[in-house]
Amino acid sequence: MKAETLGAPQNVPWWIDPLLLTLCNLALAFAFSALLVWFIGESPPAIAAELLRGAFGSAEAVGYTLFYATNFIFTGLAVAVAYHCGLFNIGGEGQAYIGGLGLGLVALYMDALPFPLLLLCAMLAAALFGAGWSLVPAVLQAKRGSHVVITTIMFNFIAAALMNYLLVNVLIKPGSMSPETRVFADSAHLPMVHDLAAAVGLGLSASPLNLSFFIALLCCAATWLFLWHTPWGYEVRTVGGNPRAAVYAGISPSRCIILAMCLSGGLAGLLSLNEILGSQHRLLIEFTAGYGFVGIAVALMGRSHPAGIVLAAILFGALYQGGAELAYTFERISKDIVIVIQGLVILFTGALGFMLRPPLGAAWAKIFRGGGGRAVA
Amino acid sequence: MCKAFGPVRANDDISLALAKGKIHGIVGENGAGKTTLMNVLYGCQRADAGEIYINGARRSLRSSAAAIRAGIGMVHQHFMLVDNFSVLENIMLGCERGMFLGANSPGPRRARAELQRLAAEYKLRADPDALTGDLPVGAQQRVEMLKTLVRGAEILILDEPTGALTPQEADDLFRILRVIRGQGKTVVLITHKLREIMAVSDRVTVMRDGRVVAVRETRDTNAGELSELMVGRAVATESRTAPPRRDSGTALTVKNLRVRDRHRVVRVRDVNLSLRSGEILGVAGVAGNGQSELLEALAGMCRVDGGEIVFHRGGGGGGGDGQGEAAAGSSPSQLRAKGVAHVPEDRRATGMVAFESASHAAILGYHREAQYRRGRNPRGIFFDWPFIGAQTRRRMDEFDVRPPLPEIRAAQFSGGNQQKLILAREMVREPRVLLIGQPTRGVDIGAIEFIHRKILTLRDQGSAILLVSVELEEILALADRIVVMFNGAVVGETPAAAADEKQLGRWMAGVRDEG
Amino acid sequence: MPSLEIVLSVLDSSVRLAVPLVFAALAGLYSERSGVVDIGLEGKMLAAAFAAAAAAGVTQSAWLGLCAGVAASCALALVHGFACITHKGDHIVSGMAVNILAFGLTVILGVAWFAQGGRTPFLGSEARFGALVFPGADAVAPLPLLGPVYRELLSGHNILVYLAFACVGATAWALYRTRFGLRLRAVGENPAAVDTAGISVAFLRYRAVLICGILCGFAGAYLSTAQGAAFISGMTAGKGFIALAAMIFGKWRPWPVLSACLLFGFFEASAAHIQGVSLPLVGAVPVQAVQALPYLFTVVILAGFFGAAVAPRAAGKPYTRGEH
Repeated sequence: MKAETLGAPQNVPWWIDPLLLTLCNLALAFAFSALLVWFIGESPPAIAAELLRGAFGSAEAVGYTLFYATNFIFTGLAVAVAYHCGLFNIGGEGQAYIGGLGLGLVALYMDALPFPLLLLCAMLAAALFGAGWSLVPAVLQAKRGSHVVITTIMFNFIAAALMNYLLVNVLIKPGSMSPETRVFADSAHLPMVHDLAAAVGLGLSASPLNLSFFIALLCCAATWLFLWHTPWGYEVRTVGGNPRAAVYAGISPSRCIILAMCLSGGLAGLLSLNEILGSQHRLLIEFTAGYGFVGIAVALMGRSHPAGIVLAAILFGALYQGGAELAYTFERISKDIVIVIQGLVILFTGALGFMLRPPLGAAWAKIFRGGGGRAVA
Repeated sequence: MCKAFGPVRANDDISLALAKGKIHGIVGENGAGKTTLMNVLYGCQRADAGEIYINGARRSLRSSAAAIRAGIGMVHQHFMLVDNFSVLENIMLGCERGMFLGANSPGPRRARAELQRLAAEYKLRADPDALTGDLPVGAQQRVEMLKTLVRGAEILILDEPTGALTPQEADDLFRILRVIRGQGKTVVLITHKLREIMAVSDRVTVMRDGRVVAVRETRDTNAGELSELMVGRAVATESRTAPPRRDSGTALTVKNLRVRDRHRVVRVRDVNLSLRSGEILGVAGVAGNGQSELLEALAGMCRVDGGEIVFHRGGGGGGGDGQGEAAAGSSPSQLRAKGVAHVPEDRRATGMVAFESASHAAILGYHREAQYRRGRNPRGIFFDWPFIGAQTRRRMDEFDVRPPLPEIRAAQFSGGNQQKLILAREMVREPRVLLIGQPTRGVDIGAIEFIHRKILTLRDQGSAILLVSVELEEILALADRIVVMFNGAVVGETPAAAADEKQLGRWMAGVRDEG
Repeated sequence: MPSLEIVLSVLDSSVRLAVPLVFAALAGLYSERSGVVDIGLEGKMLAAAFAAAAAAGVTQSAWLGLCAGVAASCALALVHGFACITHKGDHIVSGMAVNILAFGLTVILGVAWFAQGGRTPFLGSEARFGALVFPGADAVAPLPLLGPVYRELLSGHNILVYLAFACVGATAWALYRTRFGLRLRAVGENPAAVDTAGISVAFLRYRAVLICGILCGFAGAYLSTAQGAAFISGMTAGKGFIALAAMIFGKWRPWPVLSACLLFGFFEASAAHIQGVSLPLVGAVPVQAVQALPYLFTVVILAGFFGAAVAPRAAGKPYTRGEH
């Protein structure tokens, strides 16, 4: 709402904001990353080339990239859904963690079920556990006005402590030294994309890319439909845009807050579908590895729109995959450069998101004076 | 002392001379540029061109700090006070006299002494240790004035100072202003209420469209002339299309309605009203006397603490009351389903989501209706946006909303066009009861006439309309019957035809009729 | 009954563990009292811990390390201020960016400079803040109760520990007894009041954010050059968020914030002692439950069950002149 008043140029084409501005902000983030790379004595072009090669250089690399992107689509969507209700859900990490618990319990103790049923139960459990973990912050926000940012941060740590306890003391595979469960039965593994491709006669090299990539894309479509094409999404966005207008329209803000947060938590919970059921095949400690936080960068970059989130998630997937390869080639740089880039992306597309808007608008007006724009009274 | 003003952008080539020891009124409609002018004087905004002279010396007022140094003090419309500070802390803020503020430091000691002196000199009493947020509005305003006096202001600017005051508090304020004038200080009173200007000012400047259109000695002018100058033409009372239908049934009954706000303060006390179909009931009163809360309670937006609200069914037929439906505690959506429409007082803050599309605004509150679902199916889960867009477009044409583009953001329309968009939404369903608050606040003149016409047309079609407005002229122009609210209660009621402005003014000041 | 020795040792480590929380929570207090919400305490501490350990390692001076830590933390604080104050960005997003940036940068620079997988070289005693022994600590030791308390609890900490406690008093004084404090409290509640009083809102908030940076710098330097002897990647391990929790728990007031920090420090200290110990009434308590306590407490406080925890009214809202 505030952004509207920040000198928004009135007569520039609509796409300046979502596309050009985002690209410029992204360019700034990469420029600063390059500066850092240069500062520590490596060549930015070489690093960029290696990143690209590592992310897209082979079918296997692309598979890995999309595998990571799957995680980020889930967590990015989670942040976006809450954002449309005016809430900032930083708890994706914890919700994904607890979602993994739900999924893990199903995979461990219900693996006698036929696979489609098992998959359904696992998805439901992951989403429900994730949603459940966001329910308390949601209710506290809706009924008592406790700031959801702080409570979800706190719930991240509580989730970590809880999972730590469960994995170390309860669910641990007997005799194991590391806090993780036994490997799930083969029947409880999500089919890999390369296996699926092989079944239809397509040869793809092995990667952890699995069925959940497509589930993630379905979630994107469903989120888009929900937010912009259903009355519930309409209500959620109304609460996010103007809570007073929502009350005026007979919409219950607290119900929308709880709905949006539960959907958000549920989407975050589905992360485990990819990471646990699709790849690790066992519940292990800290499997969320900060993916919940990457979701913030992804949602900001994707402007909380599912299509933007897919693109942003693929970008971050590529960074994660390409970054993992860096350490093999360069000794002075590690994959953590990706975390720096992530921080810079959040800074420039999020916190400083509108810094470039006035100069861009002015530049546009200068170059295409009066052309293309639509003046609105 | 003299100030001259060259061309200013939102203010166009304004020149103004203020004489010492006088109360100057500046009047003008909303958007005439009064507040911009004062913001420039107080250093909040920079003028693009022009000069300011104080006591003959040219001063550049680049910031509020410079304005304060130049002896200008401003009492803003929205008070600039820290609620959880004591009065003393609020007074000291910005003129602390030294780094340290222990109880025995010079700053707090001097401020206390100063407060005592001012209390004696200006009859401006304030308890330095009271918590500011707990004080009534009038007392908070006194703190604001004390702030400027402690800083040694010679020129006091008051922006719409009586907007939130009860008439007694306003009278008290005028008394204080006269004392301040008596001390040789200059007072600038910005307002759109002519009554106040006539009551207290020595000289009045009229602004319109960012220009000064007239300067008059108050004793040489009258409210009629000033209002013509403000509007730019003779103010004619609107011609009515038809007298109200006398045979219509009751549409709304309110019995002993009580509403408290979040802080448990009673805002509406024991209000009784009845509203007939085909009638406009005007609710007049000084802002903040419970009209807003009454409107919101009737619209289901806030909790009702006691009493009854009954919307009657089938208001059309022959005099007898229709079947009643108790509606206290109903939600806004339940009320809409019963044919109760509501145009909120503050359209931007309540009636729409600024950065969503006009189509979004056009269905707000009615978005659950089956007509908006795909296939017109009440169980359908998807919106039919093409249909909504086309319908919005038609309504924009019908209500002359410009530009008629359903897909652009609500925030991009001007105030008048936003209001017409909301009126279209609430009126096209020909509601049985329309609750409408400040229908023309911040709306340009052309749109005002259009809106008034639409309201009257709706009445003639048989809707019952409850009109809340702080503009008495508007009430007089539209209403068939007028009630006046004061301090949460209805203090008087009269048919509009028999309304006497003096009588209404007394009611608005809280004076009840004897007997 | 546990022996005096154990009680003292738990209390002693409570104090040691509370110190970074005190610095960081006070840092957050300054920032939020001025209206700038800061969830980036964690990141600033981490950056400071790295810079302090790196500089102390290179220069062999704990004090130069401290300076470097403060500088690094202030740099991030200025980034936060630039985004939130100058460009009216979202405070939460900016704080998040600071956290993530700090985590990434410390590892990247650590690997590039020291090639120890993100660690900094181990610091010898001359490059660390050593314990200050109070006069007569050993002499009074034999006294019952008082002796051990003086020797163990009061004496024998490094200078930053005492500084942390001094900071609480200084903050309380600054907030309620100085001009700066008056304006700071005002700008967090109603920036328009400050602006119309002729005081620059931005400058005031920048100063608050810088103080926040300095205090986070102390917190970080304490972790890596006083409590520890090197920087390890991610070594703050959520302490910045516990500090944030302590600030909320203390309702943005200095002395209650100190109590909250000590309480949370006590939780952390006792977590190490109760492993496998069966407590009266509750039996064996999992360590993780104790670790989660500060967060649970904060959620309960935020839920408003024990009086409302009301943040400064303007916190998190960018100030634009003429907007309400």
